[in-house]
Amino acid sequence: MVYLDHNATTPLHPRAREAMLPWLGGGSHGNPSSVHRFGQAAREAVEEAREQVAALLNARPLEVIFTASGTEANNAVLFHAARKAGRRGHLVISGVEHPSIREAAARLAEEGMEVTRVSPRGDGVVPADEIVRALRPDTRLAALMLANNELGTLQPVTAVADACHERGIPVLCDAVQAVGKIPVDAPALGADYLVLGAHKFYGPLGAAALWTRQEISPYLVGGSQERRRRAGTENVPAIVGLGAAAAAAREEMPHRTAYLAALRDRFEAALPGLIPGAIVHCQGSPRLSNTSHVAFEGVEGESLLIRLDLAGFAVSTGSACSSGSVEPSKTLLAAGISREEALSSLRVSFGIANTLEDVEAFLAALAREVAELRRAVA
Amino acid sequence: MSESLIAVAMSGGLDSSVTAWKLAREGRPVVGLSMLLWDHSGVEAHGRCCGALDLGDARRVAQQAGIPHYTLRMDREFREKVVDPFVDDYLAGRTPSPCVRCNTWIKFDLLLERARRLGATRVATGHYARILQGPDGPELHTAVDTGKDQSYYLFELTREQLAASLFPLGELTKPRVREIAREAGLVVAEKGESMEVCFVSGGIREFVEAEAASRAPGAVSPEPAVLVGSRGEELGTGQPYYRYTVGQRRGLGLAAPSPLYVLQIEPERNRVVVGGEGELMAPGLRGERLHWIGPERTGEVEATVKIRSRHPGVPALIRPLGEGRVEVDFAAPQRGVTPGQAAVFYQGTRVLGGCWIEGSKNN
Repeated sequence: MVYLDHNATTPLHPRAREAMLPWLGGGSHGNPSSVHRFGQAAREAVEEAREQVAALLNARPLEVIFTASGTEANNAVLFHAARKAGRRGHLVISGVEHPSIREAAARLAEEGMEVTRVSPRGDGVVPADEIVRALRPDTRLAALMLANNELGTLQPVTAVADACHERGIPVLCDAVQAVGKIPVDAPALGADYLVLGAHKFYGPLGAAALWTRQEISPYLVGGSQERRRRAGTENVPAIVGLGAAAAAAREEMPHRTAYLAALRDRFEAALPGLIPGAIVHCQGSPRLSNTSHVAFEGVEGESLLIRLDLAGFAVSTGSACSSGSVEPSKTLLAAGISREEALSSLRVSFGIANTLEDVEAFLAALAREVAELRRAVA
Repeated sequence: MSESLIAVAMSGGLDSSVTAWKLAREGRPVVGLSMLLWDHSGVEAHGRCCGALDLGDARRVAQQAGIPHYTLRMDREFREKVVDPFVDDYLAGRTPSPCVRCNTWIKFDLLLERARRLGATRVATGHYARILQGPDGPELHTAVDTGKDQSYYLFELTREQLAASLFPLGELTKPRVREIAREAGLVVAEKGESMEVCFVSGGIREFVEAEAASRAPGAVSPEPAVLVGSRGEELGTGQPYYRYTVGQRRGLGLAAPSPLYVLQIEPERNRVVVGGEGELMAPGLRGERLHWIGPERTGEVEATVKIRSRHPGVPALIRPLGEGRVEVDFAAPQRGVTPGQAAVFYQGTRVLGGCWIEGSKNN
């Protein structure tokens, strides 16, 4: 099997695995809140991970709050902003946000807030000036992701953050798809809240982080963990894995970006000659170097995905969270891609363990399966 | 040459799970497909063939069998081909047979087409029926386990569809199927039967009313029907006509010296005709949408006819009238010839075909 769905989740980096093993029955255990030396060792492991994550973001460790998922961190920021505003006022979110922001905003709209959603242009980028135009005196938060999970397009977070700060509006940046794939300097980016998730960059499932220099009311309430900003016993093995993955990402970053771009560019360069009616979305936009979003005229994406899986290649027709439905992705529709074209799309997201041979084998399989599928429905 | 890919329709129930397990164990190339047919969100859906929990069971069994599994959304087609006609039938005073339609239009038509798109050439299901090779091609036969036989529900299949179908349970008994599931440790081994209409979670009459109301508010008036005797004499009022089924005895609310049964439903006059048991007996039936598995027959055919799924069958003479119409004369009068149900023709264990009942021959 060749795995080409790294925007859904990534395999564990060997360094993350190695760092985690002592905490998975390998001799170490402990609650970081405990006074004894078991607790002290666990505390030390968590704090070292915090330093590693901070280093990746060019930030200070105190600014990093561990959470169980990117969804939790995104929810925490939205519900914090809403709570502070007494569930009144206005939110601006982009039209390409992850469901953990889109649906949280929808709930706040039910509870009395007003939400403006700003659509991307056809290039998959949400124009900064459109977001700025949507801001109001009573806007409590603006949310714009750094890299889109489906199209891979990069969004103008800094321009939006600058304009928001002139108006005193905090900015949430969901950087889950970006961190570990491109260099992210959190303070320089300008957002007030930035979210990352370990399993998108070769760390384990179950650990994520919220970076902020702003106050944040705890979303989970209970113990005094994470300096009273997030209650709940720390998931030490996963957090240790997140730290190691962050350290690996920091060291491998220049190589990673270039290597993934080489795989992706080879794939996209070969496509048109190999498969008639193949369309690469947002090819001219600033994009993640690992993500390719392609459509095949007259081909049903769901069937193609299954054929490819049976042939040994794992890809996606959209974000993993919306699988199980054949409704076209809201992000694609918002970017002006037709319903039919959206339903004939595949997302291919390369990873650091993929090789050029994988790409060649995938191209051959893709050409074969597209042709067979077109024959089957003809 | 290696065998081509087989798609197993997996509902998450015991029978289709064992089907998938058995084929996988025989080393045949199998992919599991589940059909998302109906949105059960918000209701307790377990034990219904398209419930979300059962799709989860299908996925788990596929993992146990070591085969890939995918869920295909077919709810739009299911509504169009099965649910809407089901409601139409009730509103027209008929008693529908949605499982036949589901087999005809969904499992062996749409699913086969979708399976072909995925590179599979055949569909296997957990039906209790057999496909035997006859001199002129594949034939549909009753299951070895006659108590579980489901061939009635498959009468509308074509020879082409039979050629692309597998019923691995047709040779097994239900107890043996459960035993296989237990031996394999399948998570569904202790699951019960799903007997109800899979898309109706409450009462069928309430479902029909809600569906009708959602189509066009006020389109169906829940006016009480007039209950009349077989000579047209008014006996009282009852419930709306679509709440009755031909042959129904209970719930008529009429006092009479001998039991009364629903003989006929007349939606256009909002009347329900009732009568004694003798009047329920019919010497034959009129059918439409006649279907033969294999070449069309134009002459008279002698066969055993089942006029509902649990009917023991009656010897009869089938007389095709052309354009899909048919008359069937029973060797002995039968009770409960119900419009909307299927009449299926058997010779021995073989299913010749069948038709949809329009009414009794004597009215």
